[in-house]
Amino acid sequence: MDWGLIVSNLVHDTIVFSTALIFASLGGLYSERSGVVNIALEGMMIIGAFTGAVITYAFQDSLGGAAPWIGFLLAGVAGAIFALPHAVASVTFKADQTVSGVALNFLAAGLSVYLTKIIFNGAGQTTTLTSVFGKWSIPGLHDIPYLGHAIFEAYPTSFLAFIMVFVTWYVIFKTPFGLRLRAVGEHPRAADTVGINVKKMRYTAVMISGILAAWGGATISLTTTSNFSHNTVSGQGFIAIAALIFGKWHPAGAMGAALFFGVAQAIKSLVQIFGLTKYVPTEFIFMLPYVLTILVMAGLVGRSNAPAALGKPYDTGSR
Amino acid sequence: MNRVIAVFTKESFLVPLVAIILGLLTGAIAMLAGGFNPIKAYMALLEKVFGSAYNFGETIRQITPLIFTGLAVAFAFRTGLFNIGAEGQFIVGMIASTAVGVSLDLPAYIHAPLAVIAGAVAGGLWGSIAGYLKAARGVNEVITSIMLNWVALYLANWVMNAFFVPAGQQRSEMIHDSAVITIGWLSTMFDSARLHWGTLIAVLAAIFFYVILWKTKSGFELRAVGLNPHASEYAGMNVNRNVVKAMFIGGMFAGIGGACEILGVFHYQAIMTAQPGYGFDGIAVALIGGNTPLGVVLGAILFGILSFGAAGMKFGAGVPVELIRVVIASVIFFVAAHGIVKIFVKPILNKKKEGGN
Repeated sequence: MDWGLIVSNLVHDTIVFSTALIFASLGGLYSERSGVVNIALEGMMIIGAFTGAVITYAFQDSLGGAAPWIGFLLAGVAGAIFALPHAVASVTFKADQTVSGVALNFLAAGLSVYLTKIIFNGAGQTTTLTSVFGKWSIPGLHDIPYLGHAIFEAYPTSFLAFIMVFVTWYVIFKTPFGLRLRAVGEHPRAADTVGINVKKMRYTAVMISGILAAWGGATISLTTTSNFSHNTVSGQGFIAIAALIFGKWHPAGAMGAALFFGVAQAIKSLVQIFGLTKYVPTEFIFMLPYVLTILVMAGLVGRSNAPAALGKPYDTGSR
Repeated sequence: MNRVIAVFTKESFLVPLVAIILGLLTGAIAMLAGGFNPIKAYMALLEKVFGSAYNFGETIRQITPLIFTGLAVAFAFRTGLFNIGAEGQFIVGMIASTAVGVSLDLPAYIHAPLAVIAGAVAGGLWGSIAGYLKAARGVNEVITSIMLNWVALYLANWVMNAFFVPAGQQRSEMIHDSAVITIGWLSTMFDSARLHWGTLIAVLAAIFFYVILWKTKSGFELRAVGLNPHASEYAGMNVNRNVVKAMFIGGMFAGIGGACEILGVFHYQAIMTAQPGYGFDGIAVALIGGNTPLGVVLGAILFGILSFGAAGMKFGAGVPVELIRVVIASVIFFVAAHGIVKIFVKPILNKKKEGGN
């Protein structure tokens, strides 16, 4: 048995499974750093997976290899539009952000399958896409034994996800925009006093959140599943929330947590291949991310500090 | 959270009513966009529900678990907690009652009640995990209960696979007849619609909800903690204990709901590929019902009719059943963002005032 190859495959699969989680948890990061709870990540991912698949389906015959890129980009646009009601409800109308998020998750699940059935003559899923993202290999580096396959051969979306981690870190911690975003999430009153438009910042953050989460969803339908159905996303939005909390609302932390949850998923197939399910039931591996999140939140595995104004609507009159 | 509660005490009828109308309108717009006739579809929905004795009975069956999960969410809400975990509590109630129903051999008058109680206790304990973590470690119950929903789903599948599902099957063995709570004669009356004692238990649970919250000292404490934990603490109430208690009682409602589905409807538990969804519908039911027991029952009736009648829409007007999720989502959204609803309500209220002059 070639252990090098096994580990190489494991790392490779981990990156594949983590990509969607990285996008979505970064999306959650923008929204939550600005003080808006985003339980709707799941719904936003569903909209992204759906839009990505449908747009790619529409263009795959005429545009071929460019179609998934257009699908991916427009999935982001759809995500931003879909996020808008959450911003309107939670920022302008000061609705309970959790309830609003729950409503959007419902809406995404219903609407996406409803539209799929209309577009595909009653079928609950899109036809299998002929044109999806292929894997990219970094020239030269991918020839390195084991390491090349593990790290330097991946879907373009994976490379983009890791770039977005860096971009997000830079935006949040090194730019005036990021400073304002954090200020609005930590102490909106103080931010307002120094002339930051709290509402505008939160709207922007929620919509960025929609774009990134939708990209996470599109990643799934345009790489691993090659179609969209009701269970394409199946709970990954909630794991992304878990990754965000586990990663303490920090881009690198969220990435680390997403990779960790990705390992859990990758190990799952490995466990099945080696027949280890006799010793560790797969259900427990499925459970792992959720149990860990609870332990983290309970302070048993490190502490997690949420932005101070998270979940609190800002009322200009309350100054 | 308190603001949500406050809204319901004021324009308690008007806001949910307008939210429902807006929800149905959103559904109608989605149908028009999809090339369907909304009037025909909604008529077909009603036709499905009220058209035959069997379907009417099945609608009652559909409403029952929604009353339970609605009460589970509403009870916690009254204590200032958002119980998004009714789903998990429901699932845990299902496993516990299946376990008791399959593995024990008892006379019916002990077996069936014991199986229901097992569901109640399991659901209650599952709910109190989130309550305990909130009380002891200050952890937000929303996130923990979402996570616990998934843990419950996989745990249920594992327990079933390990102990109750025969090799190669996808569902547990049947529960013993002595644990079944289906009402045979009533079922016959409704053309063998699966009617069961759970519906009666649901109504009793709603009454219990009312009595315990508004007629007992302990209910006063629960409500006081929900309205103002700091003042309650100052008045000498044990806030933490009340949080755990509220989540236990809430979880109990959901757990009984799960138990009744097994004992009254299916008589076995299947391996689940996804969450059954009653817990999430319960959130909508509780919100629409203003977190009052009567409101929850009415809300459950509405959502039960919508979700059961959806199949009729498909048959009668070709509308995919998923459309009804869009309607329910819109209703939840408009109740949450009641500010939007108020824009629609204001002209009506003003007109009334003018009329009064």
